[in-house]
Amino acid sequence: MTATVAPAPADGAGAGADTGAGTPRRRPVAVTRILRLELVKQFSAWRVRLLILLCWLGPGLLVFAIDEQSTLPADTLFGRWMHATGWAGSLVVLGVAGTWALPLVTSMVAGDVFASEDRLGTWRHLLVAVRSHRRIFAAKAIASLAVIGLLVAGLAFSSMLGGLLAEGNAPLVGLDGHLLSGSAAAGDVLLAWLCALAPTLALAAIGLLGSVALGRSPMGLLLPTLAALGMQVAQLLPLPVAVRLALPGYAFISWNGLFTDPRQLGPLLIGVAVSLVWAVVATALAYLIFLRRDFTNLNNDGAGRRVLTLGALPLAGLLATTVCVVSLATGAGAGGSGITQDKVQRSLATVFAHLYRYQQAEMRQPPVTVAQLQATAACDKSEGLGPQAGSGNDWRCTVSYDVPGYNATAQAIYQLNVSANGRYTADGDGPVQLNGYFLIVIAGKAVPNPLWQLDGNVDLLPR
Amino acid sequence: MEAPVAVRGRGITKVFGDVVALDHVDVSMTQGQIHGLVGPNGAGKTTLLGLLLGLAVADEGSLDILGAPVGRGLAAPDGVSGFVDGPGLYPTLTARQNLATLAALCPDDAPAAGVEESLEQVGLADVADVKVRGFSLGMRQRLGLAAALLTRPRLLVLDEPSNGLDPVGKKHVHGVLSRLVSEGVTVVLSSHRMDDLEALCSEVTILSSGRVVFSGPVAKLSDDSRELDYRLRASDPSAARAVAAGTPGIRIVEGPDAAARPDTGVIIVRARVAAVDELVARMVREDVAVRELAPVVSPLEAAFLALTEHPARTEPGARTEQPARTEQPARMEQHSEQPARTEQEADR
Repeated sequence: MTATVAPAPADGAGAGADTGAGTPRRRPVAVTRILRLELVKQFSAWRVRLLILLCWLGPGLLVFAIDEQSTLPADTLFGRWMHATGWAGSLVVLGVAGTWALPLVTSMVAGDVFASEDRLGTWRHLLVAVRSHRRIFAAKAIASLAVIGLLVAGLAFSSMLGGLLAEGNAPLVGLDGHLLSGSAAAGDVLLAWLCALAPTLALAAIGLLGSVALGRSPMGLLLPTLAALGMQVAQLLPLPVAVRLALPGYAFISWNGLFTDPRQLGPLLIGVAVSLVWAVVATALAYLIFLRRDFTNLNNDGAGRRVLTLGALPLAGLLATTVCVVSLATGAGAGGSGITQDKVQRSLATVFAHLYRYQQAEMRQPPVTVAQLQATAACDKSEGLGPQAGSGNDWRCTVSYDVPGYNATAQAIYQLNVSANGRYTADGDGPVQLNGYFLIVIAGKAVPNPLWQLDGNVDLLPR
Repeated sequence: MEAPVAVRGRGITKVFGDVVALDHVDVSMTQGQIHGLVGPNGAGKTTLLGLLLGLAVADEGSLDILGAPVGRGLAAPDGVSGFVDGPGLYPTLTARQNLATLAALCPDDAPAAGVEESLEQVGLADVADVKVRGFSLGMRQRLGLAAALLTRPRLLVLDEPSNGLDPVGKKHVHGVLSRLVSEGVTVVLSSHRMDDLEALCSEVTILSSGRVVFSGPVAKLSDDSRELDYRLRASDPSAARAVAAGTPGIRIVEGPDAAARPDTGVIIVRARVAAVDELVARMVREDVAVRELAPVVSPLEAAFLALTEHPARTEPGARTEQPARTEQPARMEQHSEQPARTEQEADR
């Protein structure tokens, strides 16, 4: 066959950078244009629309509805304070969101952003249209993060609005019993939601990794949820503090430290930093796997040995590295739970003193100060048998305090259930006139005695 | 004057693991023509189309597209558009949205063709605002073609664009392709529909087991010296049968492979073109009217079967004769050396 080669195009269609070693190629499509395509695809999916609706309406309606009930979710952190202030409702939603909603949101958005192209068989179409793997990855990652950000914002603002409409901008009782003014509470609640974005980003990156590596497999979609579930189970186990803090989901818990005085910033900053490191590393791994993928074979969606070598093993290495770094940086021992007798005693005494003052004020008693009370606690675990440290529901404490104006010392007994992550609930065990169950009226509503059951948090890091 | 070439590949080899998808393939596609690409499943058609679209890079060999060599990077060469393994469309978007989002990807210095115009061309303007989820296969194919047209390609690569098309859709697609060719666009068309290829293509490349077994003008496949089966229907079937039986070079094909139902009065005769001409003349002399006389299978299909069927798999009654002209006859001898392909690999 004889032929001549057609001259290279000189028209506008051919304008663009020449690779030097190959066909002149049109300048790659701008990421913003691909991003717009990705956002159109995201918002056209009924699943995403439903999520947006649920996230922007659900929490507000839920908080408002709960606030209208006489029974509150007292077993949830800040749940018992929902009648006292509108800010508590948002924190209840944040606690639940960290457990369920945010992992599910990341699964359904980031976990599907690449897999959906496999499912629809549109990869080749997209690659031919866009001509740049890197830009496709960037646009998809940004689009999924934008949608997740929108959903998290919906959860936050909707829950705040619902709470404020129901209970108003009243002071919030912190996790150590101290009162935060309405404006201070607003700032801290917003900050808590922002902190929760870090582990959400980590889960989103894990979702991207699963979506790229596992393709059409449902495991890719479920990966963030399964990872979150695994981390929650791990947080329930008596793990060393360094391991607990090295898990990217710890910031879903450590925002509690914002609501103590002084703030427990150590665990919070470590949790946020670890989450962000996980987000960066998991995204980078997803990127590497995506670049190495062979799109000529639709039957091969990437699942296989490469998932293990480029996905799971580096993340396991990252976890081990993080554990070592956190252990060295904080001085947290490899075997310690972080829950010691001294910490429990100090924490309970502080909470009791703050709430005693709050109770007296709400019962129209003469005002007292924390300093006047000089509260101390004496706690033992398992009736003093065995190690006096660690989680368990066998902590028993006696709080001693000075009764203002009487030059006398009184005592209150509490039974504590301390979780492995440092949170605890203390049940009043006498005297009933002080910490028994009875109702008092706060902001026009009858609520249980604030000293009857109280929540607290033990800082796991060594002082 | 020699015709300009849109695609020229020399010694293209692509290997996936142990499977040789393309084995030293030489191919030339003339600019401004429709070039057919045929071959059995697993022949390497999709791999070759993927190379043209920049979805893969050849392991060996050289490939020039639209006058410039293809580099080692993955990306569609400029001026190339199309689809393989069906068009990629987003079911949650309408036809118009699908095209509009694609058009938005075009750079400002090479703006997309009009969305409405593209929809009109493929006959989908009436359903422009219907979500693609509800489209039939044929409608999706037409929309895929419209999407490929948005970038005003100079080389259009289409994989089975006729799948699922009804006669109206087929007419639209054929019309679009003919118009593109008249404007100088080169079209590479992979299809199993031999009638489409014969109607549209000027040139064809037949692949088998990753090798080119024929590449050239379709007309070259119509070998007059080769026997073909013809359907013959006449005003008097008995008389026609008698005339056929008495005509030199004509054999009447009987049995289950005859492709004719006894009750329709159709007989199948096997002959070369010259013998068929003589048969027609004799029937006219015997006052027997010829109502239908056509090859049972088209010359392209006959050549395809002859070139791509392995002797061991030849069906009873099928022709095993090799065509007289192939551009790379030596390739045929190497079929037995190819590794066995799984069905999954065959789709590549």
